[in-house]
Amino acid sequence: MKKSTYKLLLYVAGATPKSLEAFANLKRICEGHLKGQYSISVVDLLVTPKLAKGDQIVAIPTLVRRLPPPLKKIIGDLSNEQKVLVGLNLID
Amino acid sequence: MAKTKAAGKSPDTGLPKSLSGIQGLDEITFGGLPKGRPTLICGGPGCGKTLLAMEFLCRGALESDEPGVFMAFEEKEEELAKNFASLGFDLASLVRRKMLAIDYVYIERSEIEETGEFDLEGLFVRLGSAIDSIGAKRVVLDTIEALFSGFSNESILRAELRRLFRWLKDRGVTAIITGEKGETLLTKYGLEEYVADCVILLDHRVNEQIATRRLKIIKYRGSSHITNEVPFLIGSRGISVLPMTSLCLSSVVSSKRLSTGIKSLDAMLGERGYFRGSSILVSGGAGCGKTSFGAQFTDSVCRGGERVLYFAFEESQSQLARDMRSIGIGLERWIDEGLLRIAANRATLCGLEMHLVMLHDAVKDFKPAVVCIDPITTLIGAGVADEAKAMLARILDFLKNEGITVLATDLNQAAAAGDAAEMCISSLCDAWIKISTEPQGHQRRRRLVIIKSRGMKHVQQEKDFEITDDGLRINDIAEAGKEAE
Repeated sequence: MKKSTYKLLLYVAGATPKSLEAFANLKRICEGHLKGQYSISVVDLLVTPKLAKGDQIVAIPTLVRRLPPPLKKIIGDLSNEQKVLVGLNLID
Repeated sequence: MAKTKAAGKSPDTGLPKSLSGIQGLDEITFGGLPKGRPTLICGGPGCGKTLLAMEFLCRGALESDEPGVFMAFEEKEEELAKNFASLGFDLASLVRRKMLAIDYVYIERSEIEETGEFDLEGLFVRLGSAIDSIGAKRVVLDTIEALFSGFSNESILRAELRRLFRWLKDRGVTAIITGEKGETLLTKYGLEEYVADCVILLDHRVNEQIATRRLKIIKYRGSSHITNEVPFLIGSRGISVLPMTSLCLSSVVSSKRLSTGIKSLDAMLGERGYFRGSSILVSGGAGCGKTSFGAQFTDSVCRGGERVLYFAFEESQSQLARDMRSIGIGLERWIDEGLLRIAANRATLCGLEMHLVMLHDAVKDFKPAVVCIDPITTLIGAGVADEAKAMLARILDFLKNEGITVLATDLNQAAAAGDAAEMCISSLCDAWIKISTEPQGHQRRRRLVIIKSRGMKHVQQEKDFEITDDGLRINDIAEAGKEAE
């Protein structure tokens, strides 16, 4: 099986400073802890507003961990690495 | 206080309004909710907030051709559809016809980790996309306070709420925001701080075991409104607000007449009987023959091919029919022909409010020309005296507005002295016939007098009346009677 076991979705609404920062933070954390085992898709709700309902997105930015289960949500600019790692169940 | 009944516009300021379509609400707000602005509806659990909000959307869609978006934070689409089906609103069909969009927003704090700055743009996007998908003019957020339990960063939340309400105004949608009643504030999280245009408080209280719902407009910026607490009902057709003022000179007065069913009584009432659409009180002690008056009138109206709704609070349908048969009035026939409906139940079975709901629903459903309430006094036993009075006034107002003739009987314990019920009801009624029995020798004779009959010449003499095998008959008091006195 391919190693990309972490399937991550980052919901944003336009390229705001907050979403750019969230993406940069996410990328950095993943490179540091999940190198080679993750994929990130960015969903821009300004382009596809209908997708907001499926994952019950209210806050922006929201990071959704689709895989592995269970589904996890982390909101905010992901500036607190520790919290992101807890949210992704990478550390306790 | 302005007396004008306006639709769509406030008579004093011309503030544009959006008709809610909810019975009575548009009356007390003089034309509806502020158009293009948010209104806050607050109240405790189970007070009818969601219902009012949803009805606002449904009626808007059906009656004002304004599509609406319902953003639910507490109930799922399917649950809402199920709940509202019982009130006759087919949400699924409205959704199919693009008159309604429902978006269920699910927030569970335990599933969400917060790190750093965020905003609620996701909510805006969803709301915006829902509004655009059907061209919505109305929006409901029920209840946005769920956000407070979903996110811990309250300062972000408050800033975002402020932005949301500004955004709603910019979009020009007429919105209802619901909020749970708070202990010191109107709402738990102080939503009234953001929604300043119109605030309505709903209340559900139990007084001496009788539940009553009240509605009060706390504020309505730029418009006059009724400031009293107004009772409202949740019936099988949604909410009905029952302002005392609905009598407000708006009922059309008829000069047509309806026979009382008793020739000699017609004769006493300017030869032609009761005014159509008026209210008649027949009061008297026990065993005077009040019900016979009602039955005779009922029979006569049905004979003319019109419908009668008969509320019997003391007898069952079959008992009433049997008793009236004994004086030559056959009611079964009219029941079979669908001209008469008898609603028999004990007045104490349920609260006064429930009676009013049932009466409302039955009247809307059966569309009678005449309603008999026999006796109206028992309803007082079903409520607190003061409230009962106000409620009775509302019943009579409602029927009057519908153009329905009402004959109410009133049992007074002490036939001689005017009792409380008599005092309160008689002023609301247009005609008042008082019957009594008087001892005469070793038997009692029935007496009748028309105390008042608004707008017509009537005989003021006291008369004698008999209940015969053939119905009621009124005679002049025999000279022999005079001698006996």
